[in-house]
Amino acid sequence: MSGLQLQDLYQGFREPQTIRVLAEKIRQASSSLKAPLHIMEVCGGHTHTIMKYGLNQILPDNIEFIHGPGCPVCIMPKERIDHAISLAQMENTILLTLGDMIRVPGSKSSLAKQRALGCDIRALNSPLDAIQIARENPDKQVVFFAIGFETTTPMTAAVIQKTIDSGLDNLYFHINHVLVPPAVEVILSDPACRIDALIGPSHVSVISGAKIYLPLAENYEMPVVVSGFEPVDVMQGILMIVEQVLEQRHEVEIQYTRAVSLEGNLKAQQLIDTYLQPRSHFRWRGLGDIAHSALQLKDEYRQLDAEVVFADRLSDEPIDDHKMCICGDILKGLAKPQDCKVFGRGCDPTRPLGSCMVSDEGACNAYYRYAEISLPPSTKQKRASA
Amino acid sequence: MCLSIPSKVIQIDDANIATVDTMGVQRQVSLDLMPEAVDIGDYVLIHVGFAMNKIDQEDALESLKLYREMADLIDAEDANLRQVSS
Ligand code: SF4
Repeated sequence: MSGLQLQDLYQGFREPQTIRVLAEKIRQASSSLKAPLHIMEVCGGHTHTIMKYGLNQILPDNIEFIHGPGCPVCIMPKERIDHAISLAQMENTILLTLGDMIRVPGSKSSLAKQRALGCDIRALNSPLDAIQIARENPDKQVVFFAIGFETTTPMTAAVIQKTIDSGLDNLYFHINHVLVPPAVEVILSDPACRIDALIGPSHVSVISGAKIYLPLAENYEMPVVVSGFEPVDVMQGILMIVEQVLEQRHEVEIQYTRAVSLEGNLKAQQLIDTYLQPRSHFRWRGLGDIAHSALQLKDEYRQLDAEVVFADRLSDEPIDDHKMCICGDILKGLAKPQDCKVFGRGCDPTRPLGSCMVSDEGACNAYYRYAEISLPPSTKQKRASA
Repeated sequence: MCLSIPSKVIQIDDANIATVDTMGVQRQVSLDLMPEAVDIGDYVLIHVGFAMNKIDQEDALESLKLYREMADLIDAEDANLRQVSS
């Protein structure tokens, strides 16, 4: 018996003493760095950990974080949210999605507002619940607005499989699953990009495997360390990055070995490949149009595809963010949230003007809630009570 | 959004459903995405109602042991320094 307790998987990787020791090791190692090191944490979950545990405060000044695009709610362009709203407004329809998506405003409204106005919109704990809801409502059309990165895609694929196997004919899918590597590539290929190394996402990599970052590490000569979401994981990941830089290596390494392999979950990957295929392009809020950066249902499953079946109700006219919004620059590491003129003064989590403010995992949102940034007194009070 | 929670498998209900414990909260999860057999006592990561993989227990214990050794080492160094300077 190995003697591992469930609690160890939480507490053990949040131990303040261990964080302190790793900070000291990073401090020692980074004193030999020849230039400041800009590390992008790709995933919003890491942004959250860094801000929540104040990891940016205990790291030496020559290590700087750049907060990446890895929040699937934040990158959803307004025209897609408008799709969800249009679908929810159809007669005799139930619209399903996952938690965070409900609050995010589209061009004129949000799903939360539409729900208050009487639309049947439900936030699911699990995509699997869609099957049950469709079964219980045979006289209604049920649309699942599917969101998420590689992490959440196989769950949608599993529901598609169940829909087909069970012969359900009233469940449709609006697929918004996006892919990490093409978005990161867009950021890294910008000539103004200052990023020197990547912290690879934890749970995207559980599914896809660390192999998906090999081309990025090679083409951009960049260390990539896939690390877990706990603060100790992030600190160890940073130490591994500093060591790579000092040794002039640029490899894909896995810190989160208790859960991630190079190959990932092959069964999940196969399930995705059965039902979904890359889209020719997808518009990312904050980053713009990116080729092959998202998935859609394969042609043979068109009868399940809400974008095909209800095409006449959906517009693909691009709708951009407020012109003051500098999320694109924040994602590229060219600016910090507090550089935005409306940060906390017109844009806050209750009234987000741009993508990085819309969910817990966006950079502006995390800064707003955790960082000690000077704000007008009125906003500060609001923040404390938020 | 991509957070997944470590949980312990406490019961296998049928081939594709398990009951797991997440720090006192029990829930049922689908095993449809599991590439390998799951047993009672295994640790798995849960994401939106599905188990997505097993957590390697040996590996986790190894990491925790390493962190403890690092901390002990630093403590010993601190103690040495204090002795030298006193
Ligand atoms: S504070 Fe709001 S408007 Fe400014 S960059 Fe962030 S999300 Fe965009």
